[in-house]
Amino acid sequence: MRFFHVICICALLASLSACAVSGASAGAQVSPQPQTYLENKGSDTIVNLALAWAEKYQELHPEVRISVTGGGSGTGITALINNTVDIANASRKIKAEEIEEARKKGIEPVEFTIARDAIAVIVHPGNPVERLTLQQISAIYTGEINNWSELGGEDRPIVRLSRETNSGTHVYFLEEVIRLGDKADKTIFSADTLLLPSSEGIIAEVSSNPNAIGYDGLGYITSHVKMLAVAGKNSQEYTLPSIESVNAGTYPISRDLYMYTNGQPKGIIQEYLDWIHSSEAQEIVRELGFVPILETSD
Amino acid sequence: MESKHPLEFLITWFIRLTGYSSIFFVVLILFFLVSEGLPALSEVSLDTLFSTRWYPIESYYGILPLILGSLVVTIGAMLIAVPFGIGTAVYLSEVARPMVREILKPLVEILAGLPSVMLGFLGIQVVSPFLREFLDLPTGLTAFAGSLLLGGIAIPTIVSIAEDAMNNVPQSYRQGALALGATRWQTMWGVTFPAARSGIITAIMLGLGRAIGETMTVMMVTGNAPIMPNSIRALFMPIRTMTATIASEMGEVAAGSIHYHVLFFIGIVLFLLALIVNITASWVSMRKQTHKERVLS
Repeated sequence: MRFFHVICICALLASLSACAVSGASAGAQVSPQPQTYLENKGSDTIVNLALAWAEKYQELHPEVRISVTGGGSGTGITALINNTVDIANASRKIKAEEIEEARKKGIEPVEFTIARDAIAVIVHPGNPVERLTLQQISAIYTGEINNWSELGGEDRPIVRLSRETNSGTHVYFLEEVIRLGDKADKTIFSADTLLLPSSEGIIAEVSSNPNAIGYDGLGYITSHVKMLAVAGKNSQEYTLPSIESVNAGTYPISRDLYMYTNGQPKGIIQEYLDWIHSSEAQEIVRELGFVPILETSD
Repeated sequence: MESKHPLEFLITWFIRLTGYSSIFFVVLILFFLVSEGLPALSEVSLDTLFSTRWYPIESYYGILPLILGSLVVTIGAMLIAVPFGIGTAVYLSEVARPMVREILKPLVEILAGLPSVMLGFLGIQVVSPFLREFLDLPTGLTAFAGSLLLGGIAIPTIVSIAEDAMNNVPQSYRQGALALGATRWQTMWGVTFPAARSGIITAIMLGLGRAIGETMTVMMVTGNAPIMPNSIRALFMPIRTMTATIASEMGEVAAGSIHYHVLFFIGIVLFLLALIVNITASWVSMRKQTHKERVLS
């Protein structure tokens, strides 16, 4: 028993000294100037993209540390208003009330478009339905259509899946799909719509449940679910979501993604945002399944 | 009896302070809840507040489906946890051989320490797909999935406390019963169980408290759809609980908005429910105490 204790203590000491050594060498590698920390928070749609950017940027600029967290667009903007983050990510435009709220606290939100996203409507791979119009999707989510057989599918009940109400994707889907872009329309989701707390939760349920229909950002779609071709409000042309169809403007459910800062960014925040608009960073956008913003020059 | 030693004086005061501080904190929490939650009553009419639709981003603030959702999940959980929990406790304290008991009791206690998010993960990956196929439901993300997992969370609490309570019944009670010719079964249900009743009720109430306040698991497996439960079938449909609503929406709301106040109002409702559970527990156990004493005297 005593022997065992000695071994334990030795192991502990060894690991401690190893830590100290590695800490020292890490300290020696970075440039002597103090590290700059950036807090980046918000949209769950953007979080993977923001993480990939942050990792790449930290590789190029070891003196900068960027911490990225999700939580939803509303969460990010609230954090910006409370001045606890440097950059807020949002998959929707900031609301007028939020700008007002921010100004009351002396915060001036400035908007940057950083990428585009298409929202794919997804079903189980075994579902025979291949395509829907926006009107049909709207009718499904408002509770008018309740069985897949009404859409040419099997005789199965439709289980509607959505993100939680704090998600920018939820708000976008409500305004552009359920209400078909009509501002005066006050239709809302059917009460039996399942509100799942994460994008992964939606993919997990759709990939295992043949009754389910869901929607998610293009970047989250895996091969375990099937994307549907969608026809716009006034068109009979069904399009699958892809980088090409979004940039060509033929896929009807796509939107811009934003970052917000407090006032015109200066110093390191500005450098980071400039880098995000570079072709190197936009290549990461493409790799993650989002749509790069086209350079205005070409 | 007055203590002369200064250290003893200090220690007494320290202990007294820690005792009072818990009361102090509860009062503070209550004050905070009430001051943030009561404005909801003036901002939203009672008709709206107790209507049946919850969709806060469009100013539908009906909390009735949330309250009923919490109740359905909790009642379902207790229907599972009480028989299993009490059964396990009786087995451990009255039937199991000492060796088996030495192994099982720590295992149950490990179960109690399982993080609820892990159970939620298990729920998404295993329980809900299984329920959908086995019961032929449209989706497995239902109140019943939540009840099953919450039952799992409440069982260790119930077992642990109920078993302690039964162990505390003096051995002489059992010996007396057996000597009078009672069978082992009669001794168990007729003597030991009633003698430990107040402890067992405390166990159930603590388990109930754990189930009603549980958030993470429920948020992951119940589907969070604010449907009004209207029949026994509601147990097999998605549901939205009060705790999941607060957890998923509090991060996003602007401080001081109507939505914010309504979320705190839901907090008050939860607080009141917990209070009712606790008061009932102590009332029941106290009443049994006097009854038992009367019989024994």
